[in-house]
Amino acid sequence: MSAQAALTLTGVSKLFDETRAVDDVTLKIEPGQFVGVIGRSGAGKSTMLRLINRLIDPTQGSISFGGTEITSLRGRDLRNWRRDCAMIFQQFNLVDRLDVLTNVLIGRLAEHGFLSSMAMQFTDTERTMALQALDRLDLVPQALQRAGTLSGGQQQRVAIAKALVQQPKIMLADEPIASLDPANATLVMDGLRQINKEDGLTVLVNLHTLDTARAYCDRIIAMRNGRVFFDGVAAQLTDDVVRDIYGLEGLREFNEAVTSTQSVALPA
Amino acid sequence: MTAAADVTPLRPMDQFELDYAAQRRRAKLGWFIASVLFFAFFAFSAWLGDFFKVTQVTNVDGSREWRWIIPAGLPRLGEFIEKTLPVLRWDSLGADIAEWFWRWKVWLNLLIETVLIAFMATALGVFGGFVMSFPASRNLAPNKWVLWICRRYLEIARTVPELVWALIFVFCFSVGPMAGVLAIGLHTAGALGKLYSEVNENIDMRPLEGVKAAGGTWFDQIRYGAVPQVMPNIISYTLLRFEINVRASSIIGYVGAGGLGQEFREALSLQEYTDLSALFLIIFVTVMVIDYGSEKLRHRVIGLEKGPAT
Ligand SMILES: Nc1ncnc2c1ncn2[C@@H]1O[C@H](COP(=O)(O)OP(=O)(O)OP(=O)(O)O)[C@@H](O)[C@H]1O
Ligand SMILES: [Mg+2]
Repeated sequence: MSAQAALTLTGVSKLFDETRAVDDVTLKIEPGQFVGVIGRSGAGKSTMLRLINRLIDPTQGSISFGGTEITSLRGRDLRNWRRDCAMIFQQFNLVDRLDVLTNVLIGRLAEHGFLSSMAMQFTDTERTMALQALDRLDLVPQALQRAGTLSGGQQQRVAIAKALVQQPKIMLADEPIASLDPANATLVMDGLRQINKEDGLTVLVNLHTLDTARAYCDRIIAMRNGRVFFDGVAAQLTDDVVRDIYGLEGLREFNEAVTSTQSVALPA
Repeated sequence: MTAAADVTPLRPMDQFELDYAAQRRRAKLGWFIASVLFFAFFAFSAWLGDFFKVTQVTNVDGSREWRWIIPAGLPRLGEFIEKTLPVLRWDSLGADIAEWFWRWKVWLNLLIETVLIAFMATALGVFGGFVMSFPASRNLAPNKWVLWICRRYLEIARTVPELVWALIFVFCFSVGPMAGVLAIGLHTAGALGKLYSEVNENIDMRPLEGVKAAGGTWFDQIRYGAVPQVMPNIISYTLLRFEINVRASSIIGYVGAGGLGQEFREALSLQEYTDLSALFLIIFVTVMVIDYGSEKLRHRVIGLEKGPAT
């Protein structure tokens, strides 16, 4: 699998009982793109990311990366794939009671055997790697602090550092800023953009605010009832399209949306 | 007038009073039925347990009469205690105590053995229970077969009392502390495994998902996601269990599985009643000291948790 591979979804569906959470989605994500996924609550955004990372299995369809079929991976290959497509969660999903450094090192577990992993033994090289990742996100001073004692924005940046040490080929983020205040949201989104620009890493991020999507994404995909409803650049996202994506009712909720990266001027 | 009252809707206050009274009536009825059932069941159990039996007693003048068993038996408690109490006099106190604790060398050895049995059994039990508790938790088990097997294993281990395990292991490995360690250890594994798995079932699953999404195995998820969350509870339950196991190991010698228990049996069969009070005193003090120490330690652990994190 080369880092310069495209991610392709072909006719992917996921059913939960009767609900078609993801319905016949076909997409091609080119390497190095910064792609935003928007849509109402329940549109299937999270489900799509979890399918790509293989936290859940699709009911139908094929997902491939480069020439590799992702949906049929098992065991070691599956774990390696999860390492290759790092995932960032809305609630950070860190281990609160472990220190920041160990949380970042969790990103290295796919490389470890049973014993060194159980003993929490990491090599000096790995520790250096983790510290470099933390340094990129300005978190070195917090390295030995318990993750649970950090602010939400700091925790999400720890999660990004953990994703970085996975040395992934693609980065998925499920509403990474939905539980952050605007200043922290900006820090986190800037972090993602920096990784995208500097490392050329493909980023696929679910967002619930339109202005954030417009500000950061090369390409915006809108989902509605599990289907891809819009796929284009920000400029193509006219008011009419937005109304269709969210519905009138949704739009009202949406305008009151809490977190946005735009409405704040950060001190430099 | 009455007709009018029927038609006009009640004021909210009056309506409340009516509803309140009705609710109170229902609550009272519920209590009444529950109490009747409780006392009926209690009386039935007491009857089965011979609590209502009458027995023949011999009076001081030699006449015999029928008495209810409780007043007939209670005086014998005093009799028993009197028998077990040693004779202690001021002027020969040292000699009397030496006489009371005449087997102190044997007892001290057995006391150490008792505590060591409890210690080793707790260690083995904690290990077994801890390892089994993860596959035995509904939210963590890798699949339902593993869940089923682990839960049944823990159930069997804790349902069989220590004394029964001890009888079995004495049969297998002959008389001695090893049988006691295995018996208490196995029961502990079952009891702690159950407690631990209940702790496990209440953890936050998000950290485990975070480990899984980074390519971690099931073991990685447990080690990094679950263990740090449950550790304080595990330590607390473990210390509590050590206290319980000291009590268990002091009696388990009764069936030949090591520790002070065998002395109880011997004292009873040789009718050395004052030995019983000496043994009781030894165990009482030991258990008290251990309870006190482990409680201090437990509060420390909890305190560390709540204190400022480093
Ligand atoms: N584990 C599950 N079991 C059953 N139904 C599920 C499950 N996960 C998601 N769904 C359903 O699938 C649909 C899509 O959910 P999903 O979480 O992907 O939406 P979303 O676009 O991420 O919404 P949100 O903005 O609220 O996060 C919803 O109807 C949801 O109820
Ligand atoms: Mg979601």
